[in-house]
Amino acid sequence: MASFTLNINNRNYTIEADPRMPLLWAIRDLVGLTGTKFGCGIAQCGACTIHLNGNPVRSCSLPVSAAANQKITTIEGLSEDNSHPVQQAWIQEQVPQCGYCQSGQIMAAAALISRIPNPTDKDIDAAMQGLICRCGTYTRIRKAIKTAASLSTTKASNQ
Amino acid sequence: MNNTLTLSRRSFLKVTSLAGGGLMLGFHATAAGDLLTDAAELFEPNAYVKISAEGVITILAPNPELGQGVRTTLPMIVAEELDVDWNTIAIEQTPLNTKLYERQVAGGSGAVRSSWDSFRKGGAAARQMLLEAAAKKWNVNVSECRTDKGFVLHPGSGKKASYGELASTAATLEIPKEIKLKDPADYKIIGTRQRSVDNKGIITGKAKYGFDIKREGMLYAMLARPTFGKKLKSFDDKAARAVIGVKNVVQHGSSIAVLATSTWAAKKGRDALKIEWEDEAPLESTSDYTHAFAKMIQQRSDAPKRNDGDVDQAFAGAAKILETTFEAPFLPHAPMEPMCYFADVRDDAADLFGPSQTPARTRSDVARAIGLAEDKITVGMSHQGGGFGRRLQADYSVEAAMVSKLAKAPVLVLWTREDDMQGGFYRPAGLYKYRAAISANKELIGWHMNAAATNTGNAARENSFPAGAVPNFRVDSHNHQSKITVGAWRAPNHNFIAYTEESFIDEIAHELGKDPVAFRLELLERARKNPTGSVGYDVDKYIGVVKLAAEMGNWGKQGVNGIYKGFGAHYSFGTYVAQVADVSVIGNKIKVHKIYAAVDCGRVINPLGAEKQLEGGIIDGLGHALYGELTFDKGVVNQKNFNSYKMIRIQDTPDIEVRFIQSDAHPQGLGEPGLPPTGAAVANAIFAATGKRLKKQPFDLRVDIG
Ligand code: FES
Ligand code: FES
Repeated sequence: MASFTLNINNRNYTIEADPRMPLLWAIRDLVGLTGTKFGCGIAQCGACTIHLNGNPVRSCSLPVSAAANQKITTIEGLSEDNSHPVQQAWIQEQVPQCGYCQSGQIMAAAALISRIPNPTDKDIDAAMQGLICRCGTYTRIRKAIKTAASLSTTKASNQ
Repeated sequence: MNNTLTLSRRSFLKVTSLAGGGLMLGFHATAAGDLLTDAAELFEPNAYVKISAEGVITILAPNPELGQGVRTTLPMIVAEELDVDWNTIAIEQTPLNTKLYERQVAGGSGAVRSSWDSFRKGGAAARQMLLEAAAKKWNVNVSECRTDKGFVLHPGSGKKASYGELASTAATLEIPKEIKLKDPADYKIIGTRQRSVDNKGIITGKAKYGFDIKREGMLYAMLARPTFGKKLKSFDDKAARAVIGVKNVVQHGSSIAVLATSTWAAKKGRDALKIEWEDEAPLESTSDYTHAFAKMIQQRSDAPKRNDGDVDQAFAGAAKILETTFEAPFLPHAPMEPMCYFADVRDDAADLFGPSQTPARTRSDVARAIGLAEDKITVGMSHQGGGFGRRLQADYSVEAAMVSKLAKAPVLVLWTREDDMQGGFYRPAGLYKYRAAISANKELIGWHMNAAATNTGNAARENSFPAGAVPNFRVDSHNHQSKITVGAWRAPNHNFIAYTEESFIDEIAHELGKDPVAFRLELLERARKNPTGSVGYDVDKYIGVVKLAAEMGNWGKQGVNGIYKGFGAHYSFGTYVAQVADVSVIGNKIKVHKIYAAVDCGRVINPLGAEKQLEGGIIDGLGHALYGELTFDKGVVNQKNFNSYKMIRIQDTPDIEVRFIQSDAHPQGLGEPGLPPTGAAVANAIFAATGKRLKKQPFDLRVDIG
């Protein structure tokens, strides 16, 4: 056991944990933020996707020790008021069914449009193929990413 | 959106206390007439509606939601009859209450079709009482009043009162004996596109699933379970108990639970158990049961599932006989959220909470296992990360309750993906042999299906099309007994049989030199004009979707820009679905470009939700046809996680276009019927592209299929 400071959604949390505990369980069980989900535990489904210093990362496969003192963003911290273009687009296109995979999908999509503001279908395939949606919401995910891209470009040009 | 959803303990207690009290006069409630002392506070005429004096209108959503949209659709029906503004109401998930609700089940695509009347009456009765309350208050005749979006109006005097203002008076009135339902021509909510009430919680990460349950003093538990055919011989938990955070280890049957203060500690502890297993039954491998099936389908069963005319005579006199055998693998449900359940079992009472498709079964099975009366057990429903039939079982909730009882602690039992894949109640594996007799004048005169599947009483769906359209028609079914557990998997039997039937019909059409769509229409006409035996489907509706799908999918033109088309149709859960698949094949690579689906499910309550169910079903059907396969080696599952068990992903997903036949008929199922035709439509398109008939799922063009 060791003590770690995790910076999650711009807040510091000090936790005691086994250094090899995956970040996912530290966030969920020790910090108590349960928006980040478990699907496979082996970096195959993307349900646990968070941002580490702005990059999409599978939190099930990253030891908590490797995430200490870095900038972690979870679904709860993506926006203050559901205003992130990806969240808005997800509502507009009514993406979720059971919703369990969607935190991960949204975090991966947000990372994609911050890197590529206007992603092509190929870009979307490349960024999203690591994520599974068992309910089969993929056609809406693709559409919503395009909607989010256009929402964020409008937002940017209005500023 | 102003919709809110609460799953609070307070409202839960409120509902359960009312159930014993008497104001809850649900249409299936036991007690009626008695008034509660706090009746003035709340107008709660039945199990579907609550209106507070402050004007908060709450519609109760009793059914388990797992992504099929019932928490939106069912309240829409109540809201329509209640005549309220959909955007101003609150929706509340109720816990299990078998006294108030007739069917709190997510299964059989049955929520809307079985509860359509109850939900309508729930809203209509409340509205009628509010009208009477206003008439009483204003001293006018009730027939002079009308409602409009949460208000009662008296046009004669210009008086107007909100439902909230009338709540306390309405609460003192008798429940109407006769309930008048709206004329569908006046519907304002039913038939409109409404967003899911759950989405806001989902996109912010706030929605609480089974995995997210947290209660005072709760421990996380993981279990080591035997594989199929094994049982526990002995175990040593020293190393497990030494893991920091591990609090307890208990044995439940042949399984061992490790309880800890975090998921990670529970997993580390579980993995540190030293266990010796022993055989209790023969250990089955995939080749064992496939050989068993092959033997079985050489025989006829003693009692055929259907037997029209005389197939022996038909085949004896046939000019040509076609024969094809299709092979189905086991499939796991693999919902995105693995199994999990919370239980707090005490000496005199128990609280259960978590994902379940049948909370009533959960309660009765748990009651039996822990030895408590059902009325001492509460069952709450969380959000659920999919189910697909897996959560119709109560194994995981009984297990959680037993672990809680043995450890004397509230526990959340969590399954890893490996646990979930290996501890399934799978879609049965099976083998399906078809034979068709063709006469000298090129008529289909005989059809014989012979099926075998694992632990399945009836491996067939004997009344499916083309039953009724073929003069000599026989279906045999065999049950292969196995230690491998099976269960309902989205569109049970239909999920594979539709692919086999519709592939075989395609094969027969080609043999006869007929267009596959025209051939189906010809058979359907035969079922109408000259049926054999009973016809288990509505010919007109069937023809309606076949024609619409053909039109949507530009049927008839093959090979344009390398795109080949295949057709598939199926009737299940009251709903008719026909699909056209656009497919190209380059080398051995199958690319599905688009699926067109025509649907007749009666009246559509929420076209947006309905579309999503079709999209999900199609992607499910396609994904499993292309990739799904679970195999066994001596009772052990070979595909333990998503690195070896392949699932459809975004890059494989085609465009999907769905159209619904306009209908005023009783609404039918939607959660399952979208899935069955897809595998057939895609397989038939692959045949059009390559001349190869795929006889096995998952599809593989590399294997020699003659
Ligand atoms: S849980 Fe991390 S990728 Fe699946
Ligand atoms: S919405 Fe259910 S898994 Fe994606």
